[in-house]
Amino acid sequence: MGRKVLQKWQDLDDKAAGARGTGQLSDVKTMSAAGADGAGIDRSAGTPLLEAFGLTKRFGDILANESVDLRINQGEIHALLGENGAGKSTLVKSFYGSLEPDSGEIFWLGKRVRIDNPSEARRLGIGMVFQHFSLFEALTVVENIALALPKPGPMGELARRIRTISEDYGLPLNPDDVVADLPVGIRQRIEIIRCLLQEPRLIIMDEPTSVLTPQEADRLFVTLQRLASEGCAVLYISHRLEEVQRICHHATILRHGRKVAECDPSLETAGSLARMMVGAEVAHVSARDTAPATGPVRLRLTGLSASALTPFATALSGIDLEVHGGEVVAIAGVAGNGQGELFDVISGEREVPSAMIQLDDMPCGHRSITWRRQKSAAFVPEERLGHGSVPGLELSGNVTLTRHSTGDGLIATLGLLSRQAAHALEKKIKGTYDVRMSHDNPEARSLSGGNLQKFVVGRELDRNPGILVINQPTWGVDAGAAALIRQALIDLARSGSAVLVISQDLDEIFEVADRIAVISRGMLSRAEPVAEMTRERIGLLMAGGAEDESARQATSRTGAGGAA
Amino acid sequence: MFEAVLLTVITAATPLLIAAIGELVVERSGVLNLGVEGMMIMGAVVGFGAANLTGSGTVGALAAILAGMGMSAIFGLLVLYLATNQVATGLALTILGLGLSGLIGEAFIGVPGLKLPRLEIAGLSDIPFFGPVVFNQDALVYVGLGLVAIVSYVLFRTRAGLILRAVGDNHGSAHALGYSVLKVRFLAVLFGGGCAGLAGGYMSLAYTPQWVENMTAGRGWIALALVVFASWLPVRVVAGAYLFGAVTVLTFHAQAQGLGIPSQFLSSLPYLATIVVLVIISANRRLTLVNTPACLGKPFVPDR
Amino acid sequence: MRIELVKRKEHSHLMTVLSPLLAVVLTLLTAALLFALAGKDPMIGLYKFFVEPLFDSWSLQELLVKATPLVLIAAGLLLCYLSNNWNIGAEGQFVFGAICGSFVPILFPDFQTVFTLPLMLFFGILGGAAWALIPALLKVRFSTNEILSSLMLVYVANLLLDYLVRGPWRDPEGYNFPESRMFSDAAIMPSIGLGRLTIAAPITIVVIVALAILLSRTLKGFEIRVMGESPRAGEFAGFSRGRLTLFVFAISGGLAGLAGTMEVSGSLNQLLPVISPGYGFTAIIVAFLGRLNPFGILIAGFVLALSYIGGEAVQSSVGISDKISDVIQGMLLFYVLACDTLILYKPRLVRSRRVGTREA
Repeated sequence: MGRKVLQKWQDLDDKAAGARGTGQLSDVKTMSAAGADGAGIDRSAGTPLLEAFGLTKRFGDILANESVDLRINQGEIHALLGENGAGKSTLVKSFYGSLEPDSGEIFWLGKRVRIDNPSEARRLGIGMVFQHFSLFEALTVVENIALALPKPGPMGELARRIRTISEDYGLPLNPDDVVADLPVGIRQRIEIIRCLLQEPRLIIMDEPTSVLTPQEADRLFVTLQRLASEGCAVLYISHRLEEVQRICHHATILRHGRKVAECDPSLETAGSLARMMVGAEVAHVSARDTAPATGPVRLRLTGLSASALTPFATALSGIDLEVHGGEVVAIAGVAGNGQGELFDVISGEREVPSAMIQLDDMPCGHRSITWRRQKSAAFVPEERLGHGSVPGLELSGNVTLTRHSTGDGLIATLGLLSRQAAHALEKKIKGTYDVRMSHDNPEARSLSGGNLQKFVVGRELDRNPGILVINQPTWGVDAGAAALIRQALIDLARSGSAVLVISQDLDEIFEVADRIAVISRGMLSRAEPVAEMTRERIGLLMAGGAEDESARQATSRTGAGGAA
Repeated sequence: MFEAVLLTVITAATPLLIAAIGELVVERSGVLNLGVEGMMIMGAVVGFGAANLTGSGTVGALAAILAGMGMSAIFGLLVLYLATNQVATGLALTILGLGLSGLIGEAFIGVPGLKLPRLEIAGLSDIPFFGPVVFNQDALVYVGLGLVAIVSYVLFRTRAGLILRAVGDNHGSAHALGYSVLKVRFLAVLFGGGCAGLAGGYMSLAYTPQWVENMTAGRGWIALALVVFASWLPVRVVAGAYLFGAVTVLTFHAQAQGLGIPSQFLSSLPYLATIVVLVIISANRRLTLVNTPACLGKPFVPDR
Repeated sequence: MRIELVKRKEHSHLMTVLSPLLAVVLTLLTAALLFALAGKDPMIGLYKFFVEPLFDSWSLQELLVKATPLVLIAAGLLLCYLSNNWNIGAEGQFVFGAICGSFVPILFPDFQTVFTLPLMLFFGILGGAAWALIPALLKVRFSTNEILSSLMLVYVANLLLDYLVRGPWRDPEGYNFPESRMFSDAAIMPSIGLGRLTIAAPITIVVIVALAILLSRTLKGFEIRVMGESPRAGEFAGFSRGRLTLFVFAISGGLAGLAGTMEVSGSLNQLLPVISPGYGFTAIIVAFLGRLNPFGILIAGFVLALSYIGGEAVQSSVGISDKISDVIQGMLLFYVLACDTLILYKPRLVRSRRVGTREA
């Protein structure tokens, strides 16, 4: 595309020059804003591409964005930093036209614009790679891409262009693949190529590396740097500070919906960036004792295999794992490699042959989740709303959900439910785990993500379980709550319980784990002490090395696939 | 004899075919409209009435389409713009349609009907056997088959069809890309309503040219089953519709032959066959899951 | 201008109560419009339809007689709908239950003891449950859509009844009319009071109370509500989707079968080719108008029973077809569903600011 695009951009620049008046005015505003923050960086050198002033967006009682100013220069990789719930996604959705801001102005190349819907954004030259992809699983790659283009032309032609561009950028794609059959990393490529085909001037990326292996992330960074050198700006949303420092030229930091600072991340430390995001010193888990006490094996998986239940699920194959009392074992992996399936099988939501799973040496693959709970196991699923809790049910009812048969007195005489007991437990969990709510005993759906996660985790920790299996313990949770939860997991293990953490967040894994295993396409690598694991090695295992390791006996791959 | 049977099979299959192809489009967009029976019966009564008033079968057929669309518009407004439960709203549509058609149709009971003209293609329809079967049918038989061809083409070969399938597969993504999910779905619902109305009109204008209360006798529901049977592929709807047409006609002939089987047992065959077919299809989870529109029956409320 | 829905953070308790009332009011307004369209005085029409039956002792009794099967069937449907099982074949379960309950007095007319009636009711419940278990089993075993299969079985049950009363069960002394022999006194529901009111009404009240306790105070009731809202969370709680489907279908079919048997035994005293004016379908409206709450359906049952009686009343007094009952019932369900939106969402009127979206 190279030259043609550049030519187009040149034209646009000339047009923008005509509207210089507004442009200059906005320059002044930006500078004064920067000055007030004390960042004191002179950014007027670059040509502004997108500028926003006073963007405000309200959802009901919540101010998601409050008078936010932002300026992105051409060819700049601009980081948007902030904790979960700081309003990053809301802000970029306003740029992409999928949300309508309540007030505020957006300037594009110096001209005031109203971005009413995504097709308008794309017409201007704004592309977006969503965190939760906006892909259609039942459709092919080329169909998915055609849907995002105003004039896709004939499919065969488009498929050829996809092949060319994707190979040119080192992100090869087969246009005829059905999305449902593709792993997450490839799906992200589709989104990126989809953006590139629109010849964008600004690409918005929402947490792009959260679904990539470290190696895949490196490859993405190369692509981003190439784009920037070609003049395309990138708005990069992340909470991974190390990445931001590595590739971003400039950063805007949001907290509680407001812009709190701007900076050049390469001049900051990870600590100072974190302080700006959180607004206070960040809590870390307390230093761990060097050698974890290894007690008896409390959770044992032996040759655990399970077929894929739907065409879009992952089959588990030949998984072996032992978790001892006293230790935290973490399973790393990119999303969609069988984590959910593994959780369902260990929790008992799905039956497998009895011998494949043992809790405290009791074979129980065929036992119900209730039976396992009664044997002192506890489970926290990835999806807190709709799996870990019932959205429309009050919290006390959600206490009953997992604890009705674990001897907590929730069922009184004659088999009637005791509301008082459930309410008392709910109060206790709320107090111990600092679950904040607007009024007493609300419906689960009204809680914020972090508070609900504290509740769902607290509900199980409160039982002091002998075996805890937890999937994505701090996904979408703010730093304070995340530290609290991670500390609680370590404390539980040190008290003699076996803790199995499934997580896609490597930082988290290194923070809590004593041993680490990697899951890839339904196969699990051997769990190894944290000291012997590096990010690079985990990355290789994520990318398929886990199969080689666990494929000692596996001769043929029984993958999912198979969709028509 | 065989030729006559084949002719009646085609006639019996046509209303099922038209209603099912309409519902297929609706379901491909992610909406489950269980009110096919109600829209069909309204099409039947309104089509009959309009044909009788004007003396034109064509006007009758057009009125039937409008009646079905009107009914589906109520459904669409509730389900799409008020996010009501699709199953319950579809049932309500059927209950209302059966009631309203009964009320409107009281005036037409016993009134002789108007038969749709046959589309005789000169010369061709005189060919023995082949001629009458292929070239001497109601215009609506051809309309039905034409609809299948058009729907097939539009769904899989055009951008409009791609958007429709995308909306049914993932309404969140479609919305994020800037497509108006509700608008696409509303249009699909209207199309489905028009088809169901026409199918009902066929019942009272061609199949048995008269008005009888509840004359659709569950065909709307069978059409819904056909969509599942076809696993959401238009061409398979044709096969399903003709299969059910054959079952219906066989029961008639078995009754006429007086085989000693109670007529009620024969009459219940299409319903039992529907259940059997549904079981066979749904037992094959891979087949159904791959083609089932992922958003089928799920409400969508855009956040803005 | 367009309407946008804003999701509420929690259910609105106010709207939970108000929405059915609002739906009834809207239905009354539409009914008035219908009367006016038919050239009748809407006020007189409404009065004859909805008010007069309430001040006449015969109509009141008739109201109770009609409300009883509606409430009983709706009570079962309630469990199904709360747990997201779409049993819409209650009409078939009603009919098949009635057939099973009736074989005792029809085939063994001389068996006349105190056990006759209880045995009939027992078989009625069993029959209804068995008929309902067919779609339930198919759903659990083959994931067959229960909506379609339960509905298809309505047609089959009706045809079976038709066959029986015209064929093997026809009254030998009945001058070839398609009807069974009359039941003996031992097979007829004891009446309470003077008119057609039988012990069916108190039995229904007992069922409702038991249901209310089941739903609000037991783990089974908790399971039903959880499974309905969030099956994934329900399985996480250790509940089995399949077993619950069988349970609610069995109860619901059983209650429909009981209602069918009590109707045949208490009101008709014999089997006829048609034994229900669509109770099984009207009960669906009762269940929704009653907001899927046991006491709610008690009230809703009366409202819908009134629509039957009112229809008969306006036919004789105002001269409008009693088919208007069916129309009013259908509209009522529409309004109920539309108003229920207010429980979860707040509608907001927005002036359309967006001009010309680019995508077609």
